[in-house]
Amino acid sequence: MMDDTDRAIINALQGGFPISETPFAEAGLALGLSEDELISRIAALRQSGVLSRFGPLYNADRFGGHNTLVAMAVPVDRFDQVAAQVNAFAEVAHNYQRDHHFNMWFVVAADSRARVEQVLTEVQAMTGLPVHDMPKLTEFHIGLKFEA
Amino acid sequence: MTQHLDSIDSAITVDSIDSAITVDSIDRAIIVATQDGLPLVARPYDAVAEQVGISAVEVRARMRAMVEAGSIRRIGVVPNHYALGYGWNGMSVWDVADDDVMAAGAAMTALGFISHCYQRPRLPPHWPYNLFAMVHARDHGAAQVLVERIALALGGMNRGHRVLYSTRILKKTGLRLTG
Repeated sequence: MMDDTDRAIINALQGGFPISETPFAEAGLALGLSEDELISRIAALRQSGVLSRFGPLYNADRFGGHNTLVAMAVPVDRFDQVAAQVNAFAEVAHNYQRDHHFNMWFVVAADSRARVEQVLTEVQAMTGLPVHDMPKLTEFHIGLKFEA
Repeated sequence: MTQHLDSIDSAITVDSIDSAITVDSIDRAIIVATQDGLPLVARPYDAVAEQVGISAVEVRARMRAMVEAGSIRRIGVVPNHYALGYGWNGMSVWDVADDDVMAAGAAMTALGFISHCYQRPRLPPHWPYNLFAMVHARDHGAAQVLVERIALALGGMNRGHRVLYSTRILKKTGLRLTG
């Protein structure tokens, strides 16, 4: 279970981790924790799944690849089968079932726009269902913190 | 407990889609070495330097430059919001006039509780929505309150909206760069 120290770490360190020689010692100072204690707390939070990652969060859009959001209306009786077909592509990063006529929403990311388009074409051919490509036109940036 | 989220950077920046920057092979090696996380050791950048085969000074300088360029959004802990109890993931979608998109996006992100906000194409006739904003809450009621706050912030710019809650996660992996 998380205690107050864990919560303080999560609330304080969702950004701004120092880029310095001994960043855990530096970040620990503000939290009243030793370098060793901060490292072992973060390791334990990673281990228990409270943290999905620790480190730099890269903006994948900046590295020349392409990604898009895709919506599909999948008949309920074929839903799991189509989900398996879609998820089999390594380029499919996230896939969610949602409560709408468009009930399957997934992100396709690849090194090139051509490869993303190829995946969409293959999904459409494989499933016989239309895929709706909804690429980002504008991104509004926000640094969101979740409070623990 | 009521939901309380706040924003770490107050400045709102807007990226156009084709703002890709050139990443050289050393940056790429640093990205590949750190995209799963920083080593949990006292001198993590030294450990990355050893793996990449350059000095720790250069690793830090390049990572600082990537932060400044926006290639690194932030460095720190990334909580699993489900583990923190934010189990309601709602994709709120909004129909605003094309001329209002920038103002509406700015009004939304200024609220401080939206995790992602994008303009995407409409799919007429069945999908008039062109602004997408993700909200995360501890329960359905709290999520609805957040959506109402977005509606208030948009005022007359909002020509219609809905919320698509996720009923199942079918797959979830990060976006990956290969070495």
